[in-house]
Amino acid sequence: MADIRLTDLNKSYGAIHILKDVSLDITSGEFIVFVGPSGCGKSTLLRSICGLESITSGTLEIDHAVVNEVPPSKRGIAMVFQSYALYPHMSVYENIGFALENQGLPRAEIKQKVEKVADMLQLTPYLTRLPKALSGGQRQRVAIGRAIVRGAKVFLFDEPLSNLDAALRVQTRMEIAKLKRSMPKTTMIYVTHDQVEAMTLADRIVVLQAGRVEQVGTPMELYDRPANTFVAGFIGSPKMNLITGEPAARHKAHTLGVRPEHFELSAATGEIKGMVEYTEVLGSDSFLYVATPQGLLTVREEGKTAFKPGDTVHVTPAAALVHRFGEDGKRLA
Amino acid sequence: MLEQLVSALVTVVLGVGGCLAYFYGSNILLDRLFPASASNDMAAVRNLKIQSSVRPWLFLGPALILLTVYLIYPVFQTIWLSFHDKAGTSFVGTANYSWAFNDSQFRQSIFNNFLWLLVVPAACTFFGLVIAVLTDRIWWGGLAKSLIFLPLAISFVGASVIWKFVYDYRGEGQEQIGILNALIVWFGGDPQVWISLPFWNNFFLMVILIWIQTGFATVILGAALRGVPEDTLEAATIDGAGPFKIFWRIMVPQIMPTIIVVWTTITVLVLKVFDIVLTMTNGQWDTQVLANLMFDWMFRGGGDFGRGAAIAIVIMLAVLPIMIWNIRQANAEQKGGH
Amino acid sequence: MWQRIRLEPSRFALHFAVLFIVALWTFPTAGLLVSSLRDKDQIAASGWWTALSTSEQSSQARTKGNADQVEKDGRFVIAGNLFEGDSAHSSLSAWGTNVNKPGANLPGATAELGSGQTLTVNADGSYEWGSATAFPDERGRRVFYVSSVPPRFTAENYETVLFSEGIGRSFVNSLTVTIPATIIPILIAAFAAYALAWMKLPGRGFIIAVIVGLLVVPLQMSLIPLLKLYNATGFLSKTYLGIWLAHTGFGLPFAIYLLRSYVAGLPKDLIESAQVDGANDFKIFRRIILPLSFPALASFAIFQFLWVWNDLLVAIVFLGSGEDQLVLTGRLNSLLGSRGGNWEILTASAFITIIVPLIVFFSLQRYFVRGLLAGSVKGG
Repeated sequence: MADIRLTDLNKSYGAIHILKDVSLDITSGEFIVFVGPSGCGKSTLLRSICGLESITSGTLEIDHAVVNEVPPSKRGIAMVFQSYALYPHMSVYENIGFALENQGLPRAEIKQKVEKVADMLQLTPYLTRLPKALSGGQRQRVAIGRAIVRGAKVFLFDEPLSNLDAALRVQTRMEIAKLKRSMPKTTMIYVTHDQVEAMTLADRIVVLQAGRVEQVGTPMELYDRPANTFVAGFIGSPKMNLITGEPAARHKAHTLGVRPEHFELSAATGEIKGMVEYTEVLGSDSFLYVATPQGLLTVREEGKTAFKPGDTVHVTPAAALVHRFGEDGKRLA
Repeated sequence: MLEQLVSALVTVVLGVGGCLAYFYGSNILLDRLFPASASNDMAAVRNLKIQSSVRPWLFLGPALILLTVYLIYPVFQTIWLSFHDKAGTSFVGTANYSWAFNDSQFRQSIFNNFLWLLVVPAACTFFGLVIAVLTDRIWWGGLAKSLIFLPLAISFVGASVIWKFVYDYRGEGQEQIGILNALIVWFGGDPQVWISLPFWNNFFLMVILIWIQTGFATVILGAALRGVPEDTLEAATIDGAGPFKIFWRIMVPQIMPTIIVVWTTITVLVLKVFDIVLTMTNGQWDTQVLANLMFDWMFRGGGDFGRGAAIAIVIMLAVLPIMIWNIRQANAEQKGGH
Repeated sequence: MWQRIRLEPSRFALHFAVLFIVALWTFPTAGLLVSSLRDKDQIAASGWWTALSTSEQSSQARTKGNADQVEKDGRFVIAGNLFEGDSAHSSLSAWGTNVNKPGANLPGATAELGSGQTLTVNADGSYEWGSATAFPDERGRRVFYVSSVPPRFTAENYETVLFSEGIGRSFVNSLTVTIPATIIPILIAAFAAYALAWMKLPGRGFIIAVIVGLLVVPLQMSLIPLLKLYNATGFLSKTYLGIWLAHTGFGLPFAIYLLRSYVAGLPKDLIESAQVDGANDFKIFRRIILPLSFPALASFAIFQFLWVWNDLLVAIVFLGSGEDQLVLTGRLNSLLGSRGGNWEILTASAFITIIVPLIVFFSLQRYFVRGLLAGSVKGG
C-alpha cells in the first residue's frame, strides 16, 4: 500500500523555477502517467518523488509520512531509468541482485529472489551475461527486474521506451501494461512525452506544462473534457483544431475545439468554407488539410476520400462534440 | 639479494596497505557510528544525512592534506624564504633578487632558458605536426609513430647517456665511436667536442628534449588532425586549394586549441628542465639553466635557501601566465556544462 | 580522409621521408642497445654501427719458451698457436716481429730472423719457430700480428653492472620507490576524483580550480620548504615513506584532474540507480566507479609509473645516496661521473634503467595514449 501525496511542491535551480505549486494525490495501486512537452518538468517531478532531486518547498508524503529528506533507498521506491542504467560490468544476475546485496540479505535469499524474477521475465538463460550482450528488449526487462526484485511499493519509470525502435516499443508497452495488471497493489508512475503511451497505459494522466499541472484525469476524461486549450491540443492525434473568430462565436466561445474526427464534410454547404490544400490517404482513414479564413483545419474522413487538393469544401463541427474555451483558454461549462 | 627483496616487498605492502586501511577503516567507522539501518526510521534518515555530509571529506581528505603540504604550503614558504638569508632566519628584503640579477650565472641561465623556450616547444610542435601528417598517410604509420613516441618512456638521465654516446669525441686520428663525429669525419670534417662548444652546445642539449617530446606532440596533434571534419577538407579541395594550402589554411586553424595546449605543456616542461643539464654538463661551458642553478644553490656550500628560493620564484613567475590561462579554460569548461 | 588528398609528386618520397625520420629517432637508442651487448674492447675500438662486421685488430702474443723446444731433423723447433687461450680471434691477416711493422709478413710466409732462426706463422695462428742451435731463452719471442676479429656479442656487461656496479641493488630500490608511489596516488586521487565529480560538497568549484592551477606549479617551488620540513620532522627525512608521499603529492594534481574528468563523464543514471538501489557512496565507489574507471586508472598508473621511475630530482633530494636507497637514475648519474669513459658500463646500465619503462610503454601504449589525450586535448 502506498499512497503518494504532493502538496504545493516547488523546485527551483537558482532563479529558474522548474516546478510550480504541484499538488497531486495518488492512490495506492494506480498507474499514473506524467505527460507533457520536453522541459515541462515531468522528469524533475519524477526525480523529486524518487529523492534524486531535493524539493525547494512543499511536502511529499508516501504512506502519510513526509519523506522530503529521506534518501531514495529508504523511500520504498524503484526506478527504471531512461537509459536503463544497467551496470555494464556486472552480469544480469548481479545487476538484479545489487539492491538486495545492499540490504545485506543472505546469499541464498538473494539467489532465490533473483531467480524468481528472472523466471518471471524470461531472463533465466541470460543471467550470466553482461548487459552489452543483450538485446534492447532484454535490457529493458533486466531494468524492470531490478525494480521488481526489491519488492518496492512504488515503481517509477522515466521514459523507459524512448530507446527502443517503433515495433519493440509497442510490444514493450503491452508488457508493461501486463506487468501492472500482475501487480495490482503496486503504484506506478510513468513519465513520457508520447501521448499514445499515456493514453494506453494510464489509469490517470497528469498533464504538465512549464512546471504546472494543467489537468489530472483518466485518459477518456482528458479526451472528452480537456480542461483548457493546452490539454485539448496536447491529447489526441492528430491534434484538435482550435478555431477562433466567427465560427467560435457562433458556438458562444472564444476558442472552439474540434477534433479532426468530429467534422462533417460537404461539397455544397456547411459552417466553414475552405479549400482542400492537401490530402493524406492512409487506407483505413484519410486526412484532409483544409485552408479556411480561420487557418488550416485537419479533418478526418473514414476510408478513402473523394476530395482532391483544390476542391472547395464546407466543414461543419458536430455540435454535441465541440469543446468551448473562454478567453483565458479555460473550458466553458 | 633475497633479504633485500623481502624487505622491499614488506615496505611496499605496508605503504599501500596503510593507505587502503585508511579508506576502508574510516568509511566503515562512519557506517558504524551512524548506521543507516537504525531501529527507527527517523534516526536512520538523520544518520544517512550525517554520512553524506561527512563522507566527501573522508574521500577528499588525504588528497587535500597532501596537496596542501606538498604544493600549496611550499609555494608560500618559498616566497617567504626568497626574502630571507641562506638559513632562512633573518629578513634580507630583495637582496636575493638583486644578487640574482647581478650574478653572471643567473643571467646566463635566463638567457639559456630563453633559448630553450624559443626553440624546444616550437621544434616539438613543428616536428609533431609534420610527423603526424606524414604518418597518417602510410600503412605503417602506426609503427612509425610508436617508434618516435618511444623516447617519451625513457628517463632524462637515460636519454643523456644515449646522447652522450652520440656526441662522444675521440682525439683526431683515432677512430670515432660517437656517431655524430664519425659522420663528420666521414664527410671529411674535423671531430668536435660538441658539449663543450659554447653557445652551440645549448642546442645539442635541446636536441635531447626535442627527441623525447616530439612523440608527445605527434600523438596529441595526430588525434586532433583526425578530428578535423573530412568535409571541410573535401570542400577545400573542391574550392581548388592545394595540399599545402589545405594544411595551413584549413587544418592548422581548426586544431589551433590543441597546438596551444601542446605548446604550453612543453613550455612548462622546459622551464623545469634539470636532469638533462645536470647529467650532460652540470651547467658547465655556458649551459646553465634556472632549474639546475636552483638545485646548485640548494646544496652548494651547505645550501643557500634564500637564493635557491629566489630562483624558484623566477621559474614560478614564468609559469604563472600559463597557470592563469589554464584555470580560466577549466572554469569556462565547467560553466559550459558537465 | 587526409589520405585521399594526394600530395604529389610521389608516395615513394613520403615513405622515404618517414623512414628517414624514424631512423633518426631510433638510431641513438639502437646504438645504446647494440653497444651494451658488445665486447668491451670492441666498443672502444670501433663504432657500434660496425658491430656486425669483422674488424681488424692489432695484437701481440708471445711464443713459448725453450722449455717446449723439440729437436727435429737436426733443427730445434718450437711450435704452437698465437691465439691460444683467446678464442675471439679467428684469422690472422699479417704478422711481424717488429713492433713498428706488425704487418710485415703475410700468413704462411717464413721470416728470417737472423742467426739461423726462422719463423713461420699461418693464418690460423699456428707458428713454427726454428733454429739451428738450441734456444737459449726461457721466454718466448714477441710476435705482432693483425687479426680480423669476428663480431662478438656478450652479456658480460650486464653481469658486471648488475652485480658489481650496484645496478641490481638500485633496480630493487627503484621498484621499492615506484610501486607504492604509483598505487598510493591512484587510490587517493580516485577517491578525491569521485568526491569532486559526484558528491555534494561546498567549495567544489574552488577546489577544482586550485587543482588545475597546481598542475603547472614547478617542482622547484616545493623542494626547499619540503627539505626543511623533512629535516625538522626527522621521521620522513631520507625514508621511503618520505619519497612516496612526495611523489604522491606531486602526482596528485594531474591524477585528480585526469580521473575527475573521466569519472564525471560516467553516465549519471548509473550512479543514481545505485543510490536508489541503496548503495552508499563508498559502495558506489568500490562497485561502480572503480571497475568502470579502469581505463583512466590504467592511464594514470602508466604515467605515474614512468614519471617516478624516471625521476632523478625528487630522488636525489629526498632519498639518501647509500646502497639501500640509491635508485637507478641516481646510480646512472653517478656512474656518468665515475665511469665517464666506460661505455660498456654506461650503456648496459642505461639499458637496464630504460628497459622497464619500455616494456610498460609497449604493452600498455593504448592506455598511455588515451591518458595523454584526456590530459591534453581540450576543446580541440
